[in-house]
Amino acid sequence: MSTTAKQPPAPPKKVNRLGLAQADYRGKPSTLCKGCGHDSISNQLIKAFYEYGVEPHRVAKLSGIGCSSKTPAYFLSKSHGFNAVHGRMPSVATGAVLANRDLVAVGVSGDGDTASIGIGQFVHLLRRNLPIVYIVENNGVYGLTKGQFSATADLGSKLKTGVVNELPAVDLCGLAVELGATYVARSFAGDPKQVVTLMKGAFGHSGTAVLDIISPCVTFNNHAGSTKSYTWGKENEELIQDVGFVPFFDEIDVDYDEGEAKKVKLHDGSSIILKKLERDYDPTNRRKALELLLDSDEKKQFLTGLIYLDTKKENLIELLDVVDEPLATLPLDRVRPPKSALDDVMESLK
Amino acid sequence: MSTQTLVGEKESGAKPTVVNDFSIQVATINGSGSQSSNSVLMRAIFQMGVPVSGKNLFPSNIQGLPTWFTIRASKDSYIARKRDVDMLVAMNPQTAREDVQSLKPGSAVVYEQSLGLDNVRDDVVFYPVPFAELAKDVIDEPRLRKLLANMIYVGVVGQLLSIEKEEIRAAITKQFKAKAKAVELNVKAINVGFDYAEKKLTKADPLEIERMNETAGKILIDGNAAGALGSMFNGVTVVTWYPITPSSSLVESLIDYMKVYRIDEKTGKATFAVVQAEDELAAIGMVLGAGWAGARSLTSTSGPGISLMSEFVGLGYFAEIPAVIWNIQRVGPSTGLPTRTAQGDVLSTYLLSHGDTKHILLFPSSVAECFEFGGTSFDLAERFQTPVFVMSDLDLGMNIWMSDAFEYPEKPIDRGKVLDAEALAKVDDWGRYKDVDGDGIPHRTLPGTNHPGAAYFTRGSGHNDYAEYTERPEDYEKTMMRLSRKFDTARNAVPGPVLDEVDGAKIGLIGYGTTHWAIVESRDQLRNESDLAASYLRIRALPFNDELEAFVSKYDRVYVIEQNRDAQMLQLIRLELAHRPELLAKLSSVLHFAGHPIDARSVTEELVAQEYPAE
Repeated sequence: MSTTAKQPPAPPKKVNRLGLAQADYRGKPSTLCKGCGHDSISNQLIKAFYEYGVEPHRVAKLSGIGCSSKTPAYFLSKSHGFNAVHGRMPSVATGAVLANRDLVAVGVSGDGDTASIGIGQFVHLLRRNLPIVYIVENNGVYGLTKGQFSATADLGSKLKTGVVNELPAVDLCGLAVELGATYVARSFAGDPKQVVTLMKGAFGHSGTAVLDIISPCVTFNNHAGSTKSYTWGKENEELIQDVGFVPFFDEIDVDYDEGEAKKVKLHDGSSIILKKLERDYDPTNRRKALELLLDSDEKKQFLTGLIYLDTKKENLIELLDVVDEPLATLPLDRVRPPKSALDDVMESLK
Repeated sequence: MSTQTLVGEKESGAKPTVVNDFSIQVATINGSGSQSSNSVLMRAIFQMGVPVSGKNLFPSNIQGLPTWFTIRASKDSYIARKRDVDMLVAMNPQTAREDVQSLKPGSAVVYEQSLGLDNVRDDVVFYPVPFAELAKDVIDEPRLRKLLANMIYVGVVGQLLSIEKEEIRAAITKQFKAKAKAVELNVKAINVGFDYAEKKLTKADPLEIERMNETAGKILIDGNAAGALGSMFNGVTVVTWYPITPSSSLVESLIDYMKVYRIDEKTGKATFAVVQAEDELAAIGMVLGAGWAGARSLTSTSGPGISLMSEFVGLGYFAEIPAVIWNIQRVGPSTGLPTRTAQGDVLSTYLLSHGDTKHILLFPSSVAECFEFGGTSFDLAERFQTPVFVMSDLDLGMNIWMSDAFEYPEKPIDRGKVLDAEALAKVDDWGRYKDVDGDGIPHRTLPGTNHPGAAYFTRGSGHNDYAEYTERPEDYEKTMMRLSRKFDTARNAVPGPVLDEVDGAKIGLIGYGTTHWAIVESRDQLRNESDLAASYLRIRALPFNDELEAFVSKYDRVYVIEQNRDAQMLQLIRLELAHRPELLAKLSSVLHFAGHPIDARSVTEELVAQEYPAE
């Protein structure tokens, strides 16, 4: 595959297409443990937003409760943030996007916040296909309460204290595919290139994009016997495909050999390029996606990449057929029917 | 009112009549379609110019359990429940005997002949009617026959009470709108009932409907539909809900209205979004998300839903996010009596959520106030950046009330202290939670505001003036004291109490919500029957303002009348007046909490008993 830029006016080196520097996307200094996978993901978010060129004021950062949910403070200081209650960020995000459809919603959650206390709201978020990038910083453990298992801990994995997890893990990607998410990917915080690419793809997507990112907890779940550690991830990660991303503002011709790579156009005109590796995999086939997940679970594989993509399904805003402008700021004359309307109603009640 | 006439008295020639001042109760089985019949009967009386009210006493069940619908006609425009029933229409074999037993002597009973009720007692007037047989004359189809049997009783009752047949026909046309076939069948059923009563029944009760002119220009509507209209005409844009009796019809009405009146003319698209949430936790979460992003957003629920919303409401209070929550109260605790009415959530809603929280509560008494508070609630929520509760109840929300037509809201809406990019550019050192104006209300920005300084971080954890995370004691105290100051500002911004003071009165009554209508009527009874003048203060919102203390100061004894066991409003009044211990001794309660709407007679009896303990 070779890529050649057609329109060369590449922006000056250190700023993006909006003229913003990467520093414009930074947040406050992190207060998480040194080496935490979550910090790596925050950095990839900064990079992805910067490279994609999202206007920070259009972004709404939302989270629940937990270590992961603290991270929206550590990126995009120029965006509004909302640290909601435990497990219930999806509803807050839904309300915010309904109020203002122009917002770019980014939800950051953890495995406890999503797969345990928040699983009810998570599954209904998926069903509704709300336009949101929903990132699960998945470390299989409750960090903020000092190291209890979460519902995504693998069967048989061990806590530092020697306690063995006896219950099967919730597969968030499987759930997401099954219940209606339209962009489902799994990645590893130790694979920044892939993480950034999948994030940018998610920005170009219009619907619920779930990124399940294995993010080692250096304090409570990074030891031998853990299946969410850096070492385990590095040794076991197996890429489904080589993911590439071409934003809508870069008109790049991609040449590839038929059968080697697939180009999928996203909602905003960007493209995801999926280059075949070991397996022949089509992420637009839902049945195949579920099969892949079941297979990898049986084989104890740690597969990363874009698992499922549906660019056709209506998102919630389209489904509700609301006006194009943000509902929140519609002028009064558009949200208060005229006096004749009240007269009508009153007449019918007389 | 006297209902002394017995069957035998008719021959004596003395025929006292009771005109436009009685209650008709229809006892049926739910799911039998009696609702249309009851509406038609009520509307026909209304169209005769006679003030009416309707109360549906229904079970938490879809089909097969007893249900009672009471229509009150009142020449004096009393629209509270009347405790005693004057005419019973007994259609339900399960309850018929008990229903008849509970009547006062002299009452009238129209009943399905096969129930053989006339041996139950001999001091009431019986009108046996073979409804099932008569229905066969109207139609062959068995299911429809059952429905039409219900319409036949409207004809029978109409004839007995001298309701004009033309008005019943008009009510049927209104009820079934354009469905010509249904109109025709139902009119036929009415005629069958009318004819039967005319030919076979001898009028032996004193009840009569006589044409008046007291309903011209009035409307009939339930409080939930009224609240929906008020919200729609005041700019609601995001609506979320989880179905729960008795609140569901608020959102269902709202959806119906908005589909007609809130579709953008140019694009055909909606100027609103409605989401049926997966539970009340999500419903309130969505409302807060939408309120945070600047929308006028509401949800509607009842007791169990309120309990579930507790955590999120605390976030709304502490992070200062506008939200409107309609609490259509029903009987608790727990599942309680889901289809019965109460004012049992006053304390729990006022202080909803953990930590030091308190909320603005509005108490509509009428359907007109439901309409009005549909707008007031949003103005207050956005002005004070906090969840606001509209405390309706099942009686107000689901029953049909007569009212003056609602007035179109002419005044602009209050969107509160929101800084857009332009306004923000003029502000030095903006802080999301800074009290710049000294009223405790900070200035907010909305997500999406195109200004580099607009963003802030909303959180339910400790925060300072700049919305930064903090655990410093002085920051926490400062925030909490400002919130308290903000609440104090609300005292004189919420709808104040309505005062009706009587010269020379020694006692004062305090009420709120639907209790109002029983109090209005009870005050007349007290004056007419016991020569007892009572001043009245009707609370319309929490927090209180100074008028409460002034009112209690003026009277020797003050009764707080409410529909719960624990005298919840009285407890709040005691807290409010704690600095005046001499006032506390004046306060006592009249409580009514068995699930039926409060009635004037019960209030009067209790007040008389407390005022004249020796008697």
